[in-house]
Amino acid sequence: MEHVIEIKELKKSFGENDVLKGIGLNVSRGENVVIMGRSGEGKSVTIKCIAGLLTPDSGSLKVMGDEVKELAEDGLKKMRRKLGFVFQGAALYDSMTVRENLAFPLKKVLKMKDREEIERTCREVLEAVGLNDTLEKLPSELSGGMRKRVGLARTLIVKPEIILYDEPTTGLDSITSKEISNLILEMRKKYKTTSVIITHDLSCAQITGDRILILKDGVFAAEGTYEELENSSDEFVRSFFK
Amino acid sequence: MPDLLPFNVSGAFTRMGDQAYFFRSFVRNLFDRDFEWEEFLRQSYQIGYKSIGICALTGFILGIVLTLQSTPTLKDFGAETFIPGMVAISIIREIGPVITALICAGKTASRIGAELGSMNVTEQIDAMEVSGANPIKFLVVTRILACMIMIPMLTILADAMALLGGYAASALSAEITLQLYFTKAISNLEFSDIIPAVIKTILFGFSIGFVGCYKGFHSTRGTESVGQAANSAVVTASIWIVIIDAIVVQVTGSILYA
Ligand SMILES: Nc1ncnc2c1ncn2[C@@H]1O[C@H](COP(=O)(O)OP(=O)(O)OP(=O)(O)O)[C@@H](O)[C@H]1O
Ligand SMILES: [Mg+2]
Repeated sequence: MEHVIEIKELKKSFGENDVLKGIGLNVSRGENVVIMGRSGEGKSVTIKCIAGLLTPDSGSLKVMGDEVKELAEDGLKKMRRKLGFVFQGAALYDSMTVRENLAFPLKKVLKMKDREEIERTCREVLEAVGLNDTLEKLPSELSGGMRKRVGLARTLIVKPEIILYDEPTTGLDSITSKEISNLILEMRKKYKTTSVIITHDLSCAQITGDRILILKDGVFAAEGTYEELENSSDEFVRSFFK
Repeated sequence: MPDLLPFNVSGAFTRMGDQAYFFRSFVRNLFDRDFEWEEFLRQSYQIGYKSIGICALTGFILGIVLTLQSTPTLKDFGAETFIPGMVAISIIREIGPVITALICAGKTASRIGAELGSMNVTEQIDAMEVSGANPIKFLVVTRILACMIMIPMLTILADAMALLGGYAASALSAEITLQLYFTKAISNLEFSDIIPAVIKTILFGFSIGFVGCYKGFHSTRGTESVGQAANSAVVTASIWIVIIDAIVVQVTGSILYA
């Protein structure tokens, strides 16, 4: 089986704060891996390392066969075109309207020029995340959950091969949250997307996750399917599923 | 690095390294094929158009004050006719460029620092980078170039308004037409007055844009760092301005009058 993400003995610390103490993870093409863990354990740090936003202190991290920290600027850019990142805080460009936010990756990355095509693509993807009539709005005029969904739409719009989701459903009501989880599955069905999903949301983990890993004290403490972990003998692991 | 050096020294070298690296990425992206015209024009509007009022007003008042203050002294020497020339030289060589730059340091460097700082803190810059777009090209190159073009233009405006102010003040005490005033003012000016001023203003524009962008990009996490970025952008840009002023005057002086 081909591994699109391969992590070995990855370590990362910030000053005195040792966050990741040697994690390992292999993700196959088309797989949805869920990472759970308590707040501040380093889940966001892990996927930021994958995207090359943070440089690990040691260990190996390969994305589609390339060692990320050895990639030169061009290589990194190429890798990132195939990679999508949904930020925990949405990270919408706040001087731009929703339309401009969505069109940004189309224009700058895909170099799409045709106005009508851009417009149509924006509308399609907004509809997919359950938002209509927000194209003209500025991020500051949206609710937290709406912002989150626009952020998701902005990532999905370029149809990346690998998507890293940082808590895609946190702060959403349970109906919308289920819709988003199903959308993640749909992305895989349509585009064979590989996903790493960080979540605290049990229904999201259950719907989307082929495999769940639990990050504790800087290492993955448990790994398995939802059912396996739910019935784990370890009290700590079980406590996530209540 | 071990604590052999006092913290400030090693910190200062690290920052210098960071700045050199930041400058390098700016230069590399400067000559990229597709320039971000739309963002450049938006920034030029923000930086230039929005500062027209304050630069014009400050220039006008400085022209008046300079004239009023120098008139009695020059009168004692019977040298009133030199007033327009003297005002023009001091405005165009020194006061216009420096005052405009300091105003823009307060207005523009802080705005850029705060804007990019908050984009950094809310991970918008990361988002841009990870999407495969180039934040240096889109955010930094456009802002620095807009500063390098708009701040010289604002300086020209401030200079013109200052001469106008000088005329207004002169016309209060003596009969003089606007045309005569400007002829007198300009006839005293030489090429060697204008060249250093132009070089200076372009460098002032660069330092305002560069410092604002650098501080914004290097703000640490947390919202209070946005304020810090804005604040230290103003302070640093102002210091750069006076240092650049001194250097350019020295260097061009030794070349032009050699
Ligand atoms: N850029 C950074 N500089 C310094 N420390 C950081 C940085 N990013 C993260 N950390 C530290 O790393 C640790 C892990 O942070 P991270 O954001 O990965 O947590 P998380 O598991 O995603 O938590 P949450 O569920 O609350 O989002 C925290 O202690 C945090 O303080
Ligand atoms: Mg997180």
